[in-house]
Amino acid sequence: MSEIKKRILLLLAHPSQHRSEVNIPLFEAAKSIEGVTAVDLYGEYPRFDINIEREQQRLIDHDIVIFQFPLYWYSTPAILKEWQDLVLEYGFAYGADGVALKNKLFLCALSAGGKEDAYKSQGYNHFTIRQLLAPLEQTASLTGMRYLPPLALFGARTAIEDNRMSFYINNWQRLLKALVEDRLDLRKAAKLDKLNDQLDSIIRGE
Amino acid sequence: MTGYFLQAFIYLVAAVIAVPLAKRFGLGSVLGYLIAGVVIGPVIGLVGEETSVIQHFAEFGVVMMLFVVGLELEPKMLWGMRHRLMGLGGLQVVLTAVAVMAVAIWLEFQWSIALTVGLVFALSSTAIVLQTFNEKGLGKTEGGRNAFSVLLFQDIAVIPMLAFIPLLALPDLVDKAQLVATSAAQQHDEISLVAGLPSWAYAMVITAAITGLVVGGHYLSRPLFRFVASSGLREIFTATALMLVIGIAALMSLVGLSPALGTFLAGVILANSEFRHELESNIDPFKGLLLGLFFITVGAGIDFAILWQQLGIILLLTLGLMLLKALVLLILSVVFKIRKSDRWLFALSLAQAGEFGFVLLSFSVQNHVLPTEMVQTLSLVVAISMFLTPGLFIAFEKLIEPRYRVAKSERKADDIDELGTVIIAGMGRFGQVVNRLLTANGVKTVVLDHDISQIDVLRKINIKSYFGDASRADLLHTAGIEEASLLVVSMDNPDSATEVVKYVKKTYPQVKVLARAFDRGHAYMLRSAGADYIQKETLLSALELGADAMRCLGFHPFHVEQQKNIFRRVEKRSSDVLYQAWCDDSSGERFDNNYRKLFIELEETIKQEMVKDRSDKHATSERGWTPPPKGYDEILEGEEPIDSIPTIADGRITP
Repeated sequence: MSEIKKRILLLLAHPSQHRSEVNIPLFEAAKSIEGVTAVDLYGEYPRFDINIEREQQRLIDHDIVIFQFPLYWYSTPAILKEWQDLVLEYGFAYGADGVALKNKLFLCALSAGGKEDAYKSQGYNHFTIRQLLAPLEQTASLTGMRYLPPLALFGARTAIEDNRMSFYINNWQRLLKALVEDRLDLRKAAKLDKLNDQLDSIIRGE
Repeated sequence: MTGYFLQAFIYLVAAVIAVPLAKRFGLGSVLGYLIAGVVIGPVIGLVGEETSVIQHFAEFGVVMMLFVVGLELEPKMLWGMRHRLMGLGGLQVVLTAVAVMAVAIWLEFQWSIALTVGLVFALSSTAIVLQTFNEKGLGKTEGGRNAFSVLLFQDIAVIPMLAFIPLLALPDLVDKAQLVATSAAQQHDEISLVAGLPSWAYAMVITAAITGLVVGGHYLSRPLFRFVASSGLREIFTATALMLVIGIAALMSLVGLSPALGTFLAGVILANSEFRHELESNIDPFKGLLLGLFFITVGAGIDFAILWQQLGIILLLTLGLMLLKALVLLILSVVFKIRKSDRWLFALSLAQAGEFGFVLLSFSVQNHVLPTEMVQTLSLVVAISMFLTPGLFIAFEKLIEPRYRVAKSERKADDIDELGTVIIAGMGRFGQVVNRLLTANGVKTVVLDHDISQIDVLRKINIKSYFGDASRADLLHTAGIEEASLLVVSMDNPDSATEVVKYVKKTYPQVKVLARAFDRGHAYMLRSAGADYIQKETLLSALELGADAMRCLGFHPFHVEQQKNIFRRVEKRSSDVLYQAWCDDSSGERFDNNYRKLFIELEETIKQEMVKDRSDKHATSERGWTPPPKGYDEILEGEEPIDSIPTIADGRITP
């Protein structure tokens, strides 16, 4: 049995789970990994009345925060924005006493409908995925968290048809395990545009 | 008169003692009744001569059982299972009859005797098997359903057998009988409408009777039930149900048809009626007791003198018969692709001879097809094979099923449990909305209401609902509470709603109960009765109207929404405390000083929460949407956030 060195808080935001082909299987796969607390935000707060105390306590109890979501208009689904607006309070996440998140690790695991080629300056989306997530990167920075580039799954609408799912699930679980056991080369990882294809070079001791 | 009381008392005592004991030892009620019969009959000898008289009476239990079985079968469903009914049932009867006949011929019996015995033994015991299925919840399994269609076919097949067997009469038996019977009265002491009619008239009478049954059942039953139900007298409804069953049985007997089959047909006709569940729960207690009586008479009717005389041969015949029947059934299960534990259930459950066997045997004696001595022996074979059946069920449960269950549990659980049904008790304005939401999402519901005009309205808008008082345990039972996963209690009478919750949570703890509360006090009562989810019927809609009022007064809609949420949250949070206070004041006066004080406190809390603001340390109302203090960002200018935050000691920022 491997050792749990870091605890992961995985926040899933998916408003249409009965249609999900990618995120829910990944979310389920994450649940099986020890050290991961998997939270379904739409499931817990169907009315958006987020319990701030509870969410802040969860942040305090974990070392790594992961947002998992399908990319909606180049950003997170609504509840994750609501969660940020409410939970990352002045005095908690930033400001004079706002040091609760300091030195925690933050990253996004997302699915995007478009092909990978679309996410570059020459593609029709014009920005890379890391560029598009700049608000989150800056949020991490202001709250004192260490930011990691996203694990991005492109072409999500055809992932099952192309038989890519088992590959993604495998990579996802490898990444989570490495994070829990503190085997990720953070310095190397932070420089990447996305974690996707570089797992072999940033995960140690496999 | 005294004699009758005494007899009835003995039968009841035997049942009351033996059946609970048998159930406790896991033997099932049927075996309990059989043993009770053996004890009071052959063993102690308390009852005896009158057994055959009582048996006729008790056979009425079988008649009622078929009525109830019919009630559960909609014509559509019956039509859907016609292939299985004819194929599986027909083959079972033919193959078993032929096999038994072959053995009998091999034993050098005359072919007509062999054929009759084959027909008698081809039948199984509907009474025992269905009763046991019910008790053990096996009726919905693949094996149970197949066994059921075979039983149904057998019960239908009795009629042509009754017509056919007299043709096999043996000349020397007829001669012998005539010598004895010339002085004695003729057999026709039974009342019959059709005695002595020519065959064409007979056919017409039968057709007329069945047509009358179908047409009457379809068109007259509903106005009749409505008329009776509107009186609001429960016992008259029970009387009507009994009248119906007894009347049909009488009519069928008068025209020489099987009463059991007639009532079965009536049951099927009424299966679509909204009165189905109420009818069933009215008939059920009678059915249960009469069936029990029937089993007792089977036990009491075992003639130990003959049994000891021919013990070896009878046991050999019984075991041989059961083996043969099981073998035929196993072969059929292979042909009809019944698999795994269902195959064994199918084969073992039907491997006995049945109550119609007794009927056919005495009928064949009357018609000089079988000699009397032989029938005595064969009756014992039938009885003992019935006696052994509960044992086979136990063997199935203890030995065969566990082996397959292990394999089943390894399978991954399904994501959604589609099988679970929801029972909605009370279809007033509240229950209807619940039902609409559920059915719109493909959830199967069973709807009960005791207001017949309400049921009428619902029927008009195509909502399937049943008449009945849900506060009656038996009605919940017939509505399938054992298999349901949820019960929604939305009856208008607060007291009976609480009673239902209490009863169901006590008897079927696995059923989740969702209850509608009339007011706060009722909500607490439901909670102490064990309801899993409670909604106060007016709280949420009143909150909505209050919100409308706030919006009319010019409050911002989003602010109104927030205040509504706070109200709900505080209300929910304090309800535990208030409930506790309510529970402690068990003196009967619920609203004593302590409770009143707490309630006033709750009102105060809600008010406070509503006006709280950012400046308050514990503010929750607008928390998170209020901006940070003015000038907070100046400290961030030109500094690295990660390093700067801990080092800030700037007097400008006050926490």
